[in-house]
Amino acid sequence: MNLPKKPLSAGVLTVALAVTLAACGGSGDNNSNGGSGSYDKNATVNIGSLYEPQNLDNTAGGGQGVTEALNGNVYEGLFKLTDDGKVDNLLAKDYKVSGDGLTYTFTLRDGVKFHSGKALTSKDVKYSLEKVIAPDSQSARKTNLEVIKAVDTPDAKTVKVTLKQKSISFVYNLSYVWIINDQAKNLKTTEDGTGPYKLGKWTRGSALGLDRFPGYWGTAATNKQVVFHYYKDATALNNALLTNAVDVVTSEQSPDALDQFKSNQSYKVNDGNSTTKLLLAFNDKAKPFTDVKVRKAVSSAIDDKKLLESVWGGYGKEIGSMVPPTDPWYEDLTKVNAYDPAEARKLLKEAGYAKGFSFTLDTPNYDPHPTAATFIKSQLAKVGITVKINTITPDEWYTKVYKNHDFSATLQEHVNDRDVVWYGNPDFYWGYDNKQVVKWVEDAEKASSTQQQTDILKKVNRKTAEDAASDWLYLYPQIVVANSKLSGYPLNGLNSQFFAYDIKKG
Amino acid sequence: MTGYLLRRLAFLVVSLVLASIVLFVLLRMLPGDPANALTSVGASPEQIAAARHSIGSDRPLLEQFTHWTGQLATGDLGTSFVSSLPVGPEVVQRLSVTLPLTLSAFVLAVLIAVPAGFVAAYKRRTWYGALLSGVSQLGIAVPVFWLGMVLIVVFALNAGWLPSGGFPQDGWSDPAQAIRSLVLPVVTIALVMSASLIRYVRSATLDVLDSDFLRTSRALGSSFGQAMWRHGLRNASVPVISILGIELASTLLGAVVVESVFALPGLGSLLATGIAQHDYPVIQGVLFVSTLAVLLIGFAADLVQRIIDPRLRNRLSGGAR
Repeated sequence: MNLPKKPLSAGVLTVALAVTLAACGGSGDNNSNGGSGSYDKNATVNIGSLYEPQNLDNTAGGGQGVTEALNGNVYEGLFKLTDDGKVDNLLAKDYKVSGDGLTYTFTLRDGVKFHSGKALTSKDVKYSLEKVIAPDSQSARKTNLEVIKAVDTPDAKTVKVTLKQKSISFVYNLSYVWIINDQAKNLKTTEDGTGPYKLGKWTRGSALGLDRFPGYWGTAATNKQVVFHYYKDATALNNALLTNAVDVVTSEQSPDALDQFKSNQSYKVNDGNSTTKLLLAFNDKAKPFTDVKVRKAVSSAIDDKKLLESVWGGYGKEIGSMVPPTDPWYEDLTKVNAYDPAEARKLLKEAGYAKGFSFTLDTPNYDPHPTAATFIKSQLAKVGITVKINTITPDEWYTKVYKNHDFSATLQEHVNDRDVVWYGNPDFYWGYDNKQVVKWVEDAEKASSTQQQTDILKKVNRKTAEDAASDWLYLYPQIVVANSKLSGYPLNGLNSQFFAYDIKKG
Repeated sequence: MTGYLLRRLAFLVVSLVLASIVLFVLLRMLPGDPANALTSVGASPEQIAAARHSIGSDRPLLEQFTHWTGQLATGDLGTSFVSSLPVGPEVVQRLSVTLPLTLSAFVLAVLIAVPAGFVAAYKRRTWYGALLSGVSQLGIAVPVFWLGMVLIVVFALNAGWLPSGGFPQDGWSDPAQAIRSLVLPVVTIALVMSASLIRYVRSATLDVLDSDFLRTSRALGSSFGQAMWRHGLRNASVPVISILGIELASTLLGAVVVESVFALPGLGSLLATGIAQHDYPVIQGVLFVSTLAVLLIGFAADLVQRIIDPRLRNRLSGGAR
């Protein structure tokens, strides 16, 4: 809905006549310095989000919301994944790797204090690493870090980690491990981290506040307080931005609302890079999708570009594999199994399905899945394939598809970066089982250099694309909309992070 | 009257016990696994088992049930599977939004509907009486969320008089802010509720207008106003109070739509989140409290009706309204 703007309540810029911008996305520049040089050092920044933390512990099922609110803001790791996808030292001042790649020695930064006042020592790091790989840990990185054999603390400033085997992603994976005070209790409802903010007031279902921590070891946050406001509904979230109840929205999930911000000088629409892919995932272990020709046929029968246009209207990117452009092993594979209905019919005939076939598509009940399912149904009908859409809740999806592998094909968004390696796990829900790929993924992890790792994973990328292991429909855009008075907010929000400490409010 | 109260109390207790059993069993018959909310994509079978163990959903059902009812008996609604926060205080906090919301909406709806319904009946042959009936018919067809959105566009986005949604994080510590947040949602519910109430009030009034006792009273020399006051209103209010009770009860849970449109942290949105996450203690806690509220409202409606209408006092009331 595009509304004529009138000046809102006091303190709001009077809106000039709406200037209709050409319908291009945000300028792809990688910083959001839209604000002027002067800013309020003691501002409260209000952030609007759809992802409330389930609890405050990322090793106990806190979910996407806890990463968004606390990662880098309240808790810090030894390393940090920056907004442009680099791994930087954070609580680790530096580190050394032994010649055989099995021993990592980390030196901790000086002068780091927890919010409770205790100084950081190597014991806290040991505790935090062991918490992630504990039997009851729900950390998404647990399997990656189970390569750890032992954690030793020769002195208060040194942590020595011994691995069972080489793991080139080890340092990258450490950017997900929060360093927590080893004395802390009740981490699902309280916190004790080293970040630039302390947890303020958390009102479940409504808002979570973070207050600038005066004892922070690094550069103090450029605002005094951050409040994440949580909404269940995108319209309510956008209304909050329009009425200045929030200053920035962490990610827009639908293009419908963007016009009202694009045509308004008071807001900036930023088009960043996301790592979220929409997948049509086949069950590669169930007929007819055991046959590579059938998978290729389905992939060729769907016009991804048209789907992206209908869902996102000019935002987002086409993608030919599981690897987004921000991953080191990206190459453009959109030409592989590109849209070609004639080719699809030919492949179906070769596979013995000249008359087509029918299958059930398990479709999560939230956007964009139902829209995509309807589109796919109409596209596949043109090559003689009948799609029965079965709408399910996320919870049902998790049980039926993810755990029980009881499905023919499904739609699902995959959020994380560097997740092409799932194709090296034959037990993963989509059941892609290729011994060569399994070996490549193992070899890549044992590589001696990132260059070697990249070269091997490029092969995995290409092989899975050629095999149409899944059909990668498109890459989501990452759209952050903010009040023009705001600058310094993250644009890409990799893995749902949202660093708030550089945000300046003019 | 004492006997009646005791009967009602017994009915209340039996209903609660039955409700808690039905609630518990139904929830566990739903497809899905409460451990899902705690695990992430990529979780190993060991992690899933650990999640189940941590919330006790791997224990025998009977043990889970006695554990929950044992806590209930001491007034403890248990602990959320997902957030690890106690459910009781959370329900109380959500009620601090939902109760003022529904009660104000209810009072406003009554204030609109009773006079409007009466006029619509008494003046049914005039153009404005017919208009009132027509508007209320239309109002019933209006979806709550649509009306809410229209009010947001007009009063929040364009006029900028009121917030478009949300509730102050500090709750009622700044009453003015809290009230401002509730104006639009209250009006939304009240308008939709009054539309259906107007029709009940109108038909109850029509029954009275055509009744023998009113004609008799007029024949004995009362003015219309006196007759309505002495006999009409009392008779008309009995069926309306029944409806009021039902409306109030359904609004308490029906507030979920309005809470979503206006981003209010109320009981309805707590229930919706609980259901999405299979957070049994939360769902059970909310529904148990709601059941209690509905039973109490029914009891109150029944009591008021008996006070108004002496004929009901001699009725054996086993509890049905």
